[in-house]
Amino acid sequence: MSSELAQKAKIMDQEGIRRAVTRIAHEIIERNKGTDNLALIGIRRRGVPLALRLAGKIKDIEGKEVPVGILDITLYRDDLATRAQHPLVRKTEVPFSVDGKKIVLVDDVMFTGRTIRAALDAVIDLGRPKIIQLAVLVDRGHRELPIRADYVGKNVPTSRREAVSVRLLETDNGEEVVIEEKET
Amino acid sequence: MGLKNKDLLGIEHFSPEEILLVLDTAASMKEIIGRQIKKVPTLRGKTVVNVFYEPSTRTRTSFELAAKYLSADSINISASGSSVVKGESLRDTSATIAALGADVVVLRHPMAGAPVLVAGQVKAAVINAGDGAHEHPTQALLDMYTVRDKKGALEGLKIAIVGDILHSRVARSDIWGFTRMGARVRVCGPSTMLPPGLENMGVEVFHRMEEALSGADVIIMLRIQLERQQQGLFPSVREYARLFGLNSEKLALAKPGALVMHPGPINRGVEIATEVAYGVQAVINEQVTNGLAVRMALLYLLAGGVAQ
Repeated sequence: MSSELAQKAKIMDQEGIRRAVTRIAHEIIERNKGTDNLALIGIRRRGVPLALRLAGKIKDIEGKEVPVGILDITLYRDDLATRAQHPLVRKTEVPFSVDGKKIVLVDDVMFTGRTIRAALDAVIDLGRPKIIQLAVLVDRGHRELPIRADYVGKNVPTSRREAVSVRLLETDNGEEVVIEEKET
Repeated sequence: MGLKNKDLLGIEHFSPEEILLVLDTAASMKEIIGRQIKKVPTLRGKTVVNVFYEPSTRTRTSFELAAKYLSADSINISASGSSVVKGESLRDTSATIAALGADVVVLRHPMAGAPVLVAGQVKAAVINAGDGAHEHPTQALLDMYTVRDKKGALEGLKIAIVGDILHSRVARSDIWGFTRMGARVRVCGPSTMLPPGLENMGVEVFHRMEEALSGADVIIMLRIQLERQQQGLFPSVREYARLFGLNSEKLALAKPGALVMHPGPINRGVEIATEVAYGVQAVINEQVTNGLAVRMALLYLLAGGVAQ
């Protein structure tokens, strides 16, 4: 897939990503008045390293550990019935009760909102959080559902023909956010 | 990435990659079984039909629960309560099930090869839940899952399978599966219950249980089918228990921490002593839970949408 994409613009570099994560960590603490009852849940795949980084920053700032869970939303996708072959399922690992917690869902790119819809259903199947908030590194618009993010690293206007790729050191070679265009 | 065929008819033609895909998917499914609300919406609108021409508790209920946890609708047809008693053939029964719009058919049948016949007739995915003395692939997959879960890997492990190898579809599927994954399989039983040519399946054959168990990492005890005692394959239950039953003394010959497995239902005091069946090394109940996870994985992997 990526071989058909040509890089068009780099919208965040390593420093940019670091600053955005630091700012979001501050915003999460401010909005929730500290870390009491707070937990982060990263959406596979790149939401997971971002959630761990946020937890690290929050610890630097507040000196408190915030639990981090991992969510795989494959079983909650809304396009399963139309696919000839079901995609690979990975493990959901949320080692704490979500009941009564302030949950911050973390993902890399927000696009149609369908992934977040699936993630909301997945979290609610685990229990009844007090509140669910959403943090994304990039919001590229084109929502198909009435969903918005509470914390955004960068708003990037895009066309539907473009793709936004986030690369993180934990999962990829390099650390950057780029816009790519599908070659015609 | 996925399973190559629309059906799961046996382990014999399953590749190591496919086995790993099922085991990895099952590991993800096991998390759901541990939840307070054991339900995901994945297979909404899909229909799973369990057709059992032989009695079964754990396999049938396991498939039924697996379908329910994934939000599929499941129905059960057993030979005794259906048109089968009126003389309907397997071919006609499967045509009826196809007409009902089943997405997955789970079939247990006393004749080897029955699932192949049905698979060729219906568009639905067919899962073999045991056919005669041929194969019981989901049992082998849950056995491999349990061993991998406990031992970390399958390669290089010594697996001893003890009992009535001749009539056991579990043994056949286990032998194909474990050898394919690089484990070293030994089989042991009375010579009347060891079919000729077993060596060709890549296993070592033992006639004395003590030798078979020596240094084993895993012991799989098979149920002795007491109904076959009339056929004179072994002289008496007591003698069988003495020679081929697993007790603490024989278990001590295996590696420390060796796993004791049994596909169930067990004949306590015959092939397995009570103290072993309930001992710390037995993982018989975990096999049942893992069976549920493995069957959820298979339903998920085989109940994809419309092909093409």
